[in-house]
Amino acid sequence: MLKKWSAAVLAGALAVGALAGCGGGDDAGSSGGGGDDKITMGFSQVGAESGWRTANTKSIQESAAAAGIDLKFSDAQGKQENQIKAIRSFIAQRVDVIAFSPVVESGWDTVLKEAKDANIPVILTDRSVDSQDKTLYKTFIGSDFVLEGKKAGEWLVKEYEGKSDPVNIVELQGTPGAAPANDRKAGFAEVIKADPKFKIVASQTGQFTRTDGKEVMEAFLKSQPKIDVLYAHNDDMGLGAIEAIEAAGKKPGTDIKIITVDAVKDGMTALAAGKINYIVECSPLLGPQLMDLAKKVKAGETVEQRVLTQETTFTQEQAKTALPDRKY
Amino acid sequence: MTPLVRHRLFWPAVVLVLLLVSNVFFAPRFFTITLQDGHLYGSLIDVLRSATPLALVALGMTMVIATGGIDLSVGSVMAISGAVACLFIGDLSDPGSVGGVLLAVGLALGLSAVAGIWNGVLVSVIGIQPIIATLILMVAGRGIAQLLTGGQIINVSSPPFRVIGAGYLLGVPVSVIIVAVVVAAAVLLIRRSALGVLVEAVGASPTASRLAGIRARGLTIMAYVFAAVCAGIAGLIFSSNVASADSNAAGNLIELDAILAVVIGGTALTGGRFSIAGSVLGAVLISALDITTYTIGVPAETTLLFKAVVVVILCLSQSAAFRAAVFRRRRTPAATPAAEVPA
Repeated sequence: MLKKWSAAVLAGALAVGALAGCGGGDDAGSSGGGGDDKITMGFSQVGAESGWRTANTKSIQESAAAAGIDLKFSDAQGKQENQIKAIRSFIAQRVDVIAFSPVVESGWDTVLKEAKDANIPVILTDRSVDSQDKTLYKTFIGSDFVLEGKKAGEWLVKEYEGKSDPVNIVELQGTPGAAPANDRKAGFAEVIKADPKFKIVASQTGQFTRTDGKEVMEAFLKSQPKIDVLYAHNDDMGLGAIEAIEAAGKKPGTDIKIITVDAVKDGMTALAAGKINYIVECSPLLGPQLMDLAKKVKAGETVEQRVLTQETTFTQEQAKTALPDRKY
Repeated sequence: MTPLVRHRLFWPAVVLVLLLVSNVFFAPRFFTITLQDGHLYGSLIDVLRSATPLALVALGMTMVIATGGIDLSVGSVMAISGAVACLFIGDLSDPGSVGGVLLAVGLALGLSAVAGIWNGVLVSVIGIQPIIATLILMVAGRGIAQLLTGGQIINVSSPPFRVIGAGYLLGVPVSVIIVAVVVAAAVLLIRRSALGVLVEAVGASPTASRLAGIRARGLTIMAYVFAAVCAGIAGLIFSSNVASADSNAAGNLIELDAILAVVIGGTALTGGRFSIAGSVLGAVLISALDITTYTIGVPAETTLLFKAVVVVILCLSQSAAFRAAVFRRRRTPAATPAAEVPA
């Protein structure tokens, strides 16, 4: 009985698979072979784990439509195997360009080789891969997290220029081991080490979340006798810390100066309200740049191996002007 | 040994005290509690406040584990509860209205109860193993919460809602009062009636209890509903604390911390006898451990290792066999039993 059932289920699954296969084949025929003028791009996204990522997805979808590029979008839900499957199906569909934001750094050589053999150019977005063979992908577009940390440090150096009093800094790090956390920490430390008056008195992970940012800041406020500056690796931890600072009867932005990274809408609102002093932007809106690159790659033009996302920094005054058009 | 030392919560309590005392070397004012803007302010208050969501989840988990089950979905239920409440309040014409907030709280807890009924029915009526049954909602529930919020962090600015997780009543954090009330009510209801004994009977031996005429099915469903509602309240406290619902971070991996709290409190994972006070103590201990890592400045990369070492020490200290081995060796180092080993 059980055998019969499982055979039936298997047959059903095969039928569905065959149908899906047909659909895929048709698709490839119409887009890859037929429309030579219109570029087809296969994009594999990490997932939808944060507001930043959602804004990133939206930017790519909107700018693809605006640039007249046929986008095949696939969500990997945070799993590398899903992403590899998606890339293989893009290769099978003979898309013109493959772009993806790798879930993890390693393990891409095989599938990227397959894409290269099929003569489909690959563009990495937002995160990089650790492949030794740099010819496996055309270019990598994304933020430079070290640079973000440096920008944060440079503002601090300028803010305390000409003063000789020691400056006590506490740092809220992102998830341990994550590239943004490591690099933002390293870039910041590199800039401030030039002047011995800057001292990081405490540094802990706030896991990139508000709740942990608040909890860690509460502990810092009690264990550190004097805190002048808070450097948080993202806006959310900074926002949590603001609550802790307020509960301690201090004024965020005045008693304790706050620098964060990301510039999401909530962070910008706090910046405009004077609760944060400076935000280094880490923009998810790389869609337009990505589409430009895709067109260039398709046309056979050479592109830079590394393209930086267009990003800026915000002071409180700039935040007030920029806030009304902030999308994410 | 004196009865105090033999009490099963003696060793966890010792570890808690040691943890708290170790903070003083790094933060001299650790035990100082002051009044700040009319409310209590100090590290001990932080420990209690940050323990509240975990204490509630652990309380619910205790009942489920006592029936011989386990509930992995509590973190997802927290996320759903916070998301629903924040979305509902966000849609109100006046987010500051107390009635609207109460309605949002009711809605969130109602949905949590439905989640509990779902788990309970899967386990006791359909007969799926608890770890699998609740795994379904653990995965799907977080998906539901993300769907509700569209993957975004939902902000609310509602003073009455803020009171739940960040407010103070007569200087005492409201979240701590809520937990105290829920725990007291649970103790009264469970220990002052036959309910606790019945639950222990179901957990210890489902067959024997069924033969004795206990309706295990209803009791099991009730335990899961209780756990889900506790998680729902925890979700409200969690999101109210930061005035936003983050469906990714809310209650993430809290089920494991809750199971640890229950085990520290001396409840066996096999079901049967349980200790509510133990679970609450376990939750406070885990929270104290978190705060300690921040205060003494354990580097971020080694935080998890530090916690693991403390938990291992704690578990070893709770093992009678381990204590006996250590103490015996210390007292009579010369008396090795080598001669007694038969050839």
